[in-house]
Amino acid sequence: MGLFLFFLLASICVSSILAMIISKNQAHNALFLVVAFASLGGLFGLLDAPFIAAVQIIIYSGAIMVLFIFVIMMINLRQGIPAEKKRWIFYLSSLLALILIAELVLASKGTFSLLGKTGGERIGSPSDLGRILFSDYLYPFEITSILIVAALVGAIVLVKKREKE
Amino acid sequence: MIPVSFFFILSIILFVLGIVAFFAKRDLVTMFMAIEVMLNAGNLAFIALAKSSGPIHGQVIVFFVITVAAAEAAVGLAIILLIFRQKKTIKTEDMRLMKG
Repeated sequence: MGLFLFFLLASICVSSILAMIISKNQAHNALFLVVAFASLGGLFGLLDAPFIAAVQIIIYSGAIMVLFIFVIMMINLRQGIPAEKKRWIFYLSSLLALILIAELVLASKGTFSLLGKTGGERIGSPSDLGRILFSDYLYPFEITSILIVAALVGAIVLVKKREKE
Repeated sequence: MIPVSFFFILSIILFVLGIVAFFAKRDLVTMFMAIEVMLNAGNLAFIALAKSSGPIHGQVIVFFVITVAAAEAAVGLAIILLIFRQKKTIKTEDMRLMKG
């Protein structure tokens, strides 16, 4: 059952990212990415990380993709992106991608037998995560809040229309 | 009972797909989406290793990565919007200010 779910979610994720690479329409790209991130949330759930799965679906496929779709709406390209003329770039990049996948799998092949299987004792319940976040990781947590406030102010100041003098 | 190495291989494939999308696409918004795909591949590897090795710290790192990615998306999209206002385009070929 778990193996079936894994292959279902993994194929949804990989195929929607492939569709994002092939498609020309930016709004479709954003919607494909929502599907990919939601299925990644399901994969996190399979790996005993229910809190991270919920955060992934709420923040990534909720908040961040809404931001992307807002920006695509504001940019509103009338004619769209014209089709790519050079076909050889596509073939060359897919060849290089296959080579890179093979290299990375070969490089990490020795660790695969050490990784074990899912199941067994459960880790990553939200209470454990909250306890460790507010004890061991208290300073990074607070610094992250400062970072988010800085990003908020920075984004507003960047996009705000200057008043004419 | 799924081998954790399957998740690891999936994260490798997602990372490479993100790189391909970054180099194959020609508009800034989709390139930015490709960066998010690469960040997510890293998150998947972190959670897979946290599952296989026991301690929960890998999941805490992923939590921080997600919050930083949200901040990065806000600022990056603001910059893309500024570029569009000045140049009326988001294609990378049209940005040749330093080409000489």
